[in-house]
Amino acid sequence: MSGHRHGQEASAHPGERVTGAQSLVRSLESAGVDVVFGIPGGAILPLYDPLMDSPTVRHILVRHEQGAGHAAEGYATATGRVGVCIATSGPGATNLVTPIADAYMDSVPMVAITGQVSSASIGTDAFQEADISGITLPITKHNYLVTDPLDIPRTIAEAFHIAGTGRPGPVLVDVAKDALQAMTSFTWPDRVELQGYRPVSRPHGKQIREAARLLVESRRPVLYVGGGVLKARASAELRRLVDLTGAPVVTTLMARGALPDSHPQHLGMPGMHGTVAAVTALQKADLIVSLGARFDDRVTGKLSSFAPGATIVHADIDPAEISKNRTADVPIVGDAKDVITELIIAVQAEHAAGHRADLTGWWTQLDSWRTTYSLGYLEPPAGEVAPQAVIQRIGQLSGPESIYVAGVGQHQMWASQFIRYEQPNTWINSGGAGTMGFAVPAAMGAKVGMPDRTVWAIDGDGCFQMTNQELATCVINDIPIKVAIINNSSLGMVRQWQTLFYNERYSNTDLHTSAGGRRIPDFVKLAEAYGCVGLRCESPKDVDDTIEKAMSINDVPVVVDFVVHRDAMVWPMVAAGVSNDDIQFARGVSPAWDRED
Amino acid sequence: MSKHTLSVLVENRPGILARVAGLFARRGFNIHSLAVGPTEHPDVSRMTVVVDVDELPLEQVTKQLNKLVNVIKIVELENHASVQRELLLVKLRADLQSRSNVLETVRLFHAKVVDVAPDAVTVEVTGNPDKLDAFLKVVEPFGIRELVQSGLVAVSRGSRSITDRALRSA
Repeated sequence: MSGHRHGQEASAHPGERVTGAQSLVRSLESAGVDVVFGIPGGAILPLYDPLMDSPTVRHILVRHEQGAGHAAEGYATATGRVGVCIATSGPGATNLVTPIADAYMDSVPMVAITGQVSSASIGTDAFQEADISGITLPITKHNYLVTDPLDIPRTIAEAFHIAGTGRPGPVLVDVAKDALQAMTSFTWPDRVELQGYRPVSRPHGKQIREAARLLVESRRPVLYVGGGVLKARASAELRRLVDLTGAPVVTTLMARGALPDSHPQHLGMPGMHGTVAAVTALQKADLIVSLGARFDDRVTGKLSSFAPGATIVHADIDPAEISKNRTADVPIVGDAKDVITELIIAVQAEHAAGHRADLTGWWTQLDSWRTTYSLGYLEPPAGEVAPQAVIQRIGQLSGPESIYVAGVGQHQMWASQFIRYEQPNTWINSGGAGTMGFAVPAAMGAKVGMPDRTVWAIDGDGCFQMTNQELATCVINDIPIKVAIINNSSLGMVRQWQTLFYNERYSNTDLHTSAGGRRIPDFVKLAEAYGCVGLRCESPKDVDDTIEKAMSINDVPVVVDFVVHRDAMVWPMVAAGVSNDDIQFARGVSPAWDRED
Repeated sequence: MSKHTLSVLVENRPGILARVAGLFARRGFNIHSLAVGPTEHPDVSRMTVVVDVDELPLEQVTKQLNKLVNVIKIVELENHASVQRELLLVKLRADLQSRSNVLETVRLFHAKVVDVAPDAVTVEVTGNPDKLDAFLKVVEPFGIRELVQSGLVAVSRGSRSITDRALRSA
């Protein structure tokens, strides 16, 4: 992670007399913040006055605090820096709860600053009072309630340090209104000292050597790569380890792009909607080397039957993840970059000693799974658009330089499956929390952080309706994102489960956004109402032209309503709570393992 | 499940008890007892938590506690290597006829009468949980009118201090 910067300007005036609000702005400047997303309100109002004059902190006024939070997440994930959002007390703060929970689940470095009622009113059920530090206790890496203005600089410095180091995560700083209004002195701390927070430890040499020994002795190893590799900015190191070991690799939903999809050893994504090759490789492995992944239930399926024959090497920066779900045989605590770097050296030493894994047989088996059960989809009825094809073509036409941001549901899975990720940090989504409505504001934040990149929000018609108000923010602030609404006129993933598990009884999943001739709302008109360009594509023959037209417009946001076949389903699939051995390649079609074994 | 005694050194700040208690609740760990108090260092408090868990979940408890920024150090105190005490205040029915029997029992347990009324005595007992259990079993026939008990506190045997070690390494 990039450490926070210390501003020279700020420390040139130690102990300067300022208001608490000015001290907070100076603290943000000193922490190196260049952009914040937020909405003012009563309790935070004192902060907004000096914020207006900050030469370095740009404030982007969003339309809903949830948008501010997801924008901060998108910014953070795209840039690797700490994202910042601001809200007022009470409902402003509680509207941040969802993005904070999202950032907690996906380890996104974020600082949320909220106004609080004056300290004398705290606990009296005052107007717009909510105990936001209490509310966010279980979903923040740490949080603060500041009532003394003298504490502001140190608290902000600590918040950025905690959010951005170790296993990243959200930190909330709740500041009482009177602390913002009072006079105080501003001194930016030279360094942050926290007795109870020592996040980075060097990986244990003995464990690294043991992992290397297992890697060269195993017959069926798999490198199981998670989001921690991206957080550690360790893609280059991963590539070297992969080439050195010759082992197959799977990248989780949070790690797509950590290794180029074009790499010959890349088997794709594991888990509930992973490729047959990735899921089965883990199931049949004799060694799993987990790098920055956490054996999430969406990856393991039924835990007791996950990878029954595998020895587990589990490397993670957070010791609490190791052996939480699956007991690790070789636990390694450390930053993924350090772990992989040292693992490379240890594997090289094994090779030098003449120990090298023979993976020929393993690769024969893997290749046969790969070719027999390659990713694909059923063509929809003639004249209807396949959602998978739209997403695939966006990826192909826009290319690997673009950043793709998804909402949650079918379109998210297809975007993970059918876009080829060749670079790290070009795929941004809500993995752990599964927050619908993530895409538009997160894409906005990513575009602010990476203005030279094309940023596509791949969204669903359900998700889009949860947060599309941020298109106003995008238009007014010149943030020209592109939004592809994969419009199947329903809550598609829920509908898929109703198809498969609830006898096709579609209880409350029809959104009437295209099916049956109704468009409530009409997404093109909605886009135009916001000042975006609105496009619609309803025929397979128009897909490429529409994408190219969207790509030719770069001065305003573009919203494309892709009206797609509504019965398309995400495959492969491991049903919830079921063993990964029971993966279905398509509806009712399970791979015939006996033939393969 | 078995009982484990954890000594948790925390920064002496408001809200830390909620952080620790909340963590136990949401991760589904059962707290048997909890005692909080100051230490010889003014900025450090010490919590003694008795948890009902197996070995593996205990490791999770410890790791999750360690992630709390205000938690400085966690040490498990084994029964044989530590002194463990609880405090019990119990109001026993004791009229003229039974009082001498009650007082005899109090003496046997090295307990202390801290209040007397015509029909009751209040007794203070300290000891390890086994001693308090035994005491309660013996006095129960007299009639327990009210009972209040502290959480367990514990300190390791020998001359070394976990506080010193924790603060030195910090």
